[in-house]
Amino acid sequence: MEAGVALSELGRPTQDASRPVWVQLLLRSLHQRHMQIGLALTLFMIALAVLGPLFAPHSPSAFVAAPFSTPSAQAPLGTDYLGDDVLSRVLNGGASVVALSFAATAFGVLLGVIVGLIAGYSRSFVDDALMGVSDVVLSFPQIVLVLVFVSILGPKLWLIVVVVGLSHSPRVARLTRSVTLELIKREYVESAELLGISRRRIFVQEILPNLVTPLLVETGLRLTWSIGVIAALSFLGFGIQAPHADWGLMINENRSGLTQNVWSVMAPIMCIALFTIGTNLMTEGLSRTVTGIDSTGEAP
Amino acid sequence: MSLVEVEDLTIRLSSSGADIVSSVSFGIESGETLALVGESGSGKTTIAVALLGDTRRGAELASGTVRIGDTTLVPGTPRSLRAARGRLVAYVPQDPAAALNPARRIGAQIAEALVAHGLGESGRDREERVRAVVGEVKLPSDREFLGRFPHQLSGGQQQRVCIAIAAICEPKVLVLDEPTTGLDVSTQAHILQTLGELVAGRGLAVLYVTHDLAVVANIAQRIMVLYAGRVAEYGQAGPVFRAPAHPYTRGLLGAVPDIACRHVLEVIPGLAPEPNQRPAGCAFAPRCALALPACREGVPELVAVPGGQVAACLRAGESAQSRSRTEQAPEPVEADIRTKVLEVSDLGAWYGAHQVLHHVSFALLQGECLALVGESGSGKTTLARSIVGLVPGRTGEVRLDGEPLPVATRAYPERAKRTLQYIFQSPYNSLNPRRSVGAAIGTPLQHFFGLSRRAAEVKVREALERVALPRRVSGLYPDQLSGGERQRVAIARALVCEPEILLCDEITSALDVSVQAAIVELLADLRSGEGLSLLFVTHNMGLVRSVADRVIVMSEGRLVETGATGALLDAPTEDYTRTLVAHTPKLATATATGTASAWAGTP
Repeated sequence: MEAGVALSELGRPTQDASRPVWVQLLLRSLHQRHMQIGLALTLFMIALAVLGPLFAPHSPSAFVAAPFSTPSAQAPLGTDYLGDDVLSRVLNGGASVVALSFAATAFGVLLGVIVGLIAGYSRSFVDDALMGVSDVVLSFPQIVLVLVFVSILGPKLWLIVVVVGLSHSPRVARLTRSVTLELIKREYVESAELLGISRRRIFVQEILPNLVTPLLVETGLRLTWSIGVIAALSFLGFGIQAPHADWGLMINENRSGLTQNVWSVMAPIMCIALFTIGTNLMTEGLSRTVTGIDSTGEAP
Repeated sequence: MSLVEVEDLTIRLSSSGADIVSSVSFGIESGETLALVGESGSGKTTIAVALLGDTRRGAELASGTVRIGDTTLVPGTPRSLRAARGRLVAYVPQDPAAALNPARRIGAQIAEALVAHGLGESGRDREERVRAVVGEVKLPSDREFLGRFPHQLSGGQQQRVCIAIAAICEPKVLVLDEPTTGLDVSTQAHILQTLGELVAGRGLAVLYVTHDLAVVANIAQRIMVLYAGRVAEYGQAGPVFRAPAHPYTRGLLGAVPDIACRHVLEVIPGLAPEPNQRPAGCAFAPRCALALPACREGVPELVAVPGGQVAACLRAGESAQSRSRTEQAPEPVEADIRTKVLEVSDLGAWYGAHQVLHHVSFALLQGECLALVGESGSGKTTLARSIVGLVPGRTGEVRLDGEPLPVATRAYPERAKRTLQYIFQSPYNSLNPRRSVGAAIGTPLQHFFGLSRRAAEVKVREALERVALPRRVSGLYPDQLSGGERQRVAIARALVCEPEILLCDEITSALDVSVQAAIVELLADLRSGEGLSLLFVTHNMGLVRSVADRVIVMSEGRLVETGATGALLDAPTEDYTRTLVAHTPKLATATATGTASAWAGTP
């Protein structure tokens, strides 16, 4: 039969078969102005946090000049309440924020996806139970929930990661569940069930690949939140302890000297702001790519 | 001068500049119906919306004019278009459920156009007009009905509301974009009748866009066949049906199943090209058996042929001959003492408290093709799904080779899961968009036969060959394939399980007729070659005639009638079957009499 042979259409470049979906999505999103600016900003802030210590002119805990001195050749951003160099502390103080927020986001998303998948696929009391617990967690303001745990168990870094992650997971779980509920009605999932494929394989093969797109956007959102929450925690004194440098901590330490050396507070604030703006712009770029509102104004 | 004049209309993609529609010209007189026929991607909807001065997103007008009476719609100004739309020319969409606002009462939606055009002196006057038009489309015009929301209406009623919305400002031209595609044959027949009365009563000029040649045969005076954005053939309906001059028209007519006669559906090889991949010269040449070298050089002009129509084919003059449908498919062998491979007895199914299947019993014989027909809501899909264990809480018995099957598919014995294969209606939903074709077909191989990934790959390629797809399809994703190709992949996925029974649930309803013909041919080959038994669920009575040995008719969850295909369709004993057969549009009437009786072929 020749009907199938003249497949002139085959191989249209709609999807590059050799790459996973999320890679294609990310590549496509690179044409987005939001993504370009956001990515540049985020990468810059990460580089600053990771490589900053190498470029710091002083030790983060070395006395350089009188407390709250204004910028000078010695201390380009002035000094803080102890007379330490603000620039050096800013360059040293990003690693904890970046690392903790990435770790908390990863943990929260992973937990949320697992809970959401199980809830969405089970369609039984398990669903109700998991979603009930999620709702309880969701009903606490994120920062309050984290503060409760941290104030009881003490300011441990792993605890911050776990609790911030935990506070993210209900939102991720809700999203995963709702997408899963939609997906399990699809005929390709039914078709896999008809073959008697195990549930675990159906999760991995049929459902998870279709979750990637919405989850990427959600992960970006969660990351932005994590940065905010973790900076707030260390501002409140539950994060990294002095004399270590940390952006959140620096805001708190130096707020009494705001009028004397404004940079001692503004520098860490700007770092946190630029980092969140960067991740947020990336998320916006991603979601625009997913929904097809490209900056070119054309649907994909 | 005709009422509607379309001159040299060319619409292209804004991104690549490729033509979607290339220099199309036609006219429609008052009281005349022109059918625009073509498969998906031929540009017929693009032309339809151009009649309202619109282009779809991503498309733009390259050249040409559209004029209705004294008004020029293309090119038009926003102000002139607003004044013309609804008032001069109105549009009836394909999917009424999507066209109506679910949050507004239908009375308000119908009256909206009046308000927009400043018609009707008062609210009372507008209400009168709404009532009048609602009566004209055969809907109840009482206050209670007009106060309903769209979801409280049936599909046919929703379409009538859309027709009322189009008709209320008394336009001179009606553009109907596949208005009956999603509807049952009986509903379709009734809607066509209502439309016919409206058109005749008001002397409307109608552009009827469709892919269903059987419907066209019964309503249109003139026909324009589109292929790849160009006019392939254009003329009076009679000659076009009796002696089609363009090979594409002949191919289309040969691919359409007809309830009146059992014939082998002709397959047009290949696929219609996308706008930016159309070949130089005649776009149909790569698929045409009659193509000459000259066909690939220049786009053929429309030339007059003896029948009176025009056709864009270099060989139009010589090849215009009476189309014969003599190639009859062999009549099915009588059901003899063949074994029953699948036996359903006293099947019942519920959705909540609502019983959707009542005591259904039938048997599928070894090697036969049994068609299960019925209108939407008749329970035919539920029946097919309960056989494979997808309907929780079904009662009665399903026996596979004499062995009763459990209710849920999870509890099915491994052999039943393998030998009983279900092919879903829409190839767009039944393949995971994120998994490659090779992975999709390989899954059952690894699962049932414990094959390694490498061994499965070999089998996958074999399976692709069996469904006439090239091997490299294995590495592609569903969105890189056309609908017909996807359905072949779905069939290949079923075939690798080495099934004995295929349950095909409306598997061609989402496909174009030429693609449908190819799928039907494939299934016939598989059946004769491998002795498969087929349960073929469909609402297309014409298709039944061409594919099935026996037919089961279902209505409202009950089995109405069973019989050999020929006997049942020629002389149905039950009233329900009789109406179903009577309401099915017949291609043969137009071809036999040679004149399409506009809007009159409906009982």
